[in-house]
Amino acid sequence: MKGNKEQMAKARFKIVSRREEGTASSLLASWFFLGPALLVIVVFFFLPVLAAFLMSFTDFDIYSLGNFQYARLIGLRNYTQIFHDPLFWKALQNTFYFVVVGGPLSIAVSLCAAMLIHSKLVKYKGVFRVVYFAPVVTTLVAVAVVWRFVYHPRFGLLNYAFGLLGISPVDWLGDPFWAMPAIIVLAVWKNFGYTMIIFLAGLQNISESLYEAARIDGASAWQQFKHVTLPMLAPTTLFISVITMIGYFQLFAEPYVMTQGGPLNRTLSIVLLMYQQGFRWWNMGYSAALAFVLFLVILAASLVQFRIQKGEAA
Amino acid sequence: MHLGCRPEAGGKKVVVFWAMGAEGENVQKLIPEFERRNPDIHVRLQAIPWTAAHEKLLTAYAGRSTPDIAQLGNTWIPEFTILDALVDVQPWIDRSSEVKKENYFPGIWETNVIDGTIYGIPWYVDTRLLFYRTDLLRQAGYDHAPRTWSEWFDASKKVRARATDTSHYAILLPTNNEWAPAVVMGLEKNSTLLRDGDRYGDFSGPTFTAAFTDFNNFFINGWAPRKTQQIINVYDAFAEGIFAMYITGPWNIGEFLKRLPASMQGNWMTAPMPTADSVYPGVSLAGGSSLVLFRASKVKDESWKLIEYLSEADRQAEFYKITGDLPAVRESWRDSSISSNKYIQAFYRQLERVAATPKIPEWEQIAQKVREYSEIVALDRMSVHDALAALDRDVNVILEKRRWMLDHEGK
Repeated sequence: MKGNKEQMAKARFKIVSRREEGTASSLLASWFFLGPALLVIVVFFFLPVLAAFLMSFTDFDIYSLGNFQYARLIGLRNYTQIFHDPLFWKALQNTFYFVVVGGPLSIAVSLCAAMLIHSKLVKYKGVFRVVYFAPVVTTLVAVAVVWRFVYHPRFGLLNYAFGLLGISPVDWLGDPFWAMPAIIVLAVWKNFGYTMIIFLAGLQNISESLYEAARIDGASAWQQFKHVTLPMLAPTTLFISVITMIGYFQLFAEPYVMTQGGPLNRTLSIVLLMYQQGFRWWNMGYSAALAFVLFLVILAASLVQFRIQKGEAA
Repeated sequence: MHLGCRPEAGGKKVVVFWAMGAEGENVQKLIPEFERRNPDIHVRLQAIPWTAAHEKLLTAYAGRSTPDIAQLGNTWIPEFTILDALVDVQPWIDRSSEVKKENYFPGIWETNVIDGTIYGIPWYVDTRLLFYRTDLLRQAGYDHAPRTWSEWFDASKKVRARATDTSHYAILLPTNNEWAPAVVMGLEKNSTLLRDGDRYGDFSGPTFTAAFTDFNNFFINGWAPRKTQQIINVYDAFAEGIFAMYITGPWNIGEFLKRLPASMQGNWMTAPMPTADSVYPGVSLAGGSSLVLFRASKVKDESWKLIEYLSEADRQAEFYKITGDLPAVRESWRDSSISSNKYIQAFYRQLERVAATPKIPEWEQIAQKVREYSEIVALDRMSVHDALAALDRDVNVILEKRRWMLDHEGK
């Protein structure tokens, strides 16, 4: 036993020293393999982010596009202006509405879908996986055309269905109250398939013996879900809630193609405001500053979420 | 593809032409005749949707890949002249037998002139005027459209008074998506909208305040609905008599003919804007699109030939038949297809009296602010006085860079 341990220690030492011998050449090799990827990341990610960060302290606009001399360094004025811009607060409010309602809804729907597909009673699992995943890989613009028909106040499928229940038609995308819920439903439908796949992987990793043990103890289906499935899925859920939240904070394409931010700016998101300021009015400096404010908002929200989930785990 | 090495199809000069929306889709039909007449020129047409047009043009400028010639909404011209992206077309006009200033509506021509230099040739024109229900106005005692503001207010009052249903109004002023009615009323009251060489907003000045007070009276007196986003389909609402008057543009002639029920077709008409003083018609907006030449183009003479071709009176009339766009060249209006349309006649009269909005790149942003505050006032969330003061404050923030630029250039 003892001799065996010594041998193992020696062997480990050998491996370590061999690794050290190879340092120079392996370092070169790792640079060689990582280099292209790092170069691409630096050129197409870090440099633009840095440029945008610097730009957020200037008033780069349509005049500056014609002549760089007309861009002025204005310090933090873009940032102070953002906090005095009622449109920013409106957009922030809308974005939070979307994240707070759409995020959990999206997670709940994808968890339900994953549970259903995972169930032993379900046949043709592959077909359902494809059907639920299809919206994720369909382009949003094509999807939007279909959904605009679904939401059409007079000829839409949704109002037709509501009509059968005796509910009077709603102008889903034209009514300030209903526009955001309509966008949320579309976004959840579009996105839940992706998180469903991750949940499915999580579910498959839960050992069947845990369920058996729970059943022997007389646990009901709900108790099994609450005391076995949910705790075992906790790491997956944390990952999914964080990526869903980050993704949902960047709400853009749905309102861009469906409502252009209207009616009454009720579906204006931060990224849509950023886009309008940047590419519609060409206020690039202001738009860049908005991007960094959004970054801080997402960072803060992610930290809060980590804190909460850690607290739950403890 | 780089600018310097455009492929010349079989030794032909290639002219790249960007056109927007319906014009982009339809102008293709006029191109074969042009290419037949000019065998050494090939036109490469790109149709760009309106929603993406502005961004595409600016990014093309930033990426140095502008077309040779483009259709440009005439309120966009100031922006592209600031960028120095367009060329002065006066030298070509001087040499042309086809394109002459006197062939065009003066107010429309004027929108293409920035600081005394002409940068575009009007292609088609657009303005706003009154569409109204002849039957409802007749019942209110008007056998003609209101010609003065006092007639306009009186007719509104009477139409509203006669309405049996409280959801029936006299006029639709859609503040949820339109800035035009408030601005048209301001222009009619001789407001310049901005002041001191377009350095500051002049909306809280006496002329615009007077116009905006009258505008607000439509809401205060209940002549116009306050919540306009509830009117989902203006055509149905117009046919139902939810409003009897509507300030809108030429594209709605076709829409009204198509969408109003047959029983309603005899009951509507168009008329120029009423006047606040004694000169009828009142002033309206000088809208439309122009054709411009880009500075970076290497085939300017060939491009000009295309502009000249599209400006021929016959081509203009033909284009009207395809798209319904009103011709910029006045002679084309004699074509039977136009002169026989009774709804269009009011537009000809109106186009004789149109005014340009301030010719600065910030205008569209300012116009959106005007709309926002029109909506706030229409919804009774602010007084006219407070709203216009706030509007000027916002506008002055937007114009801060312009002021700095003008002072900078002065030094």
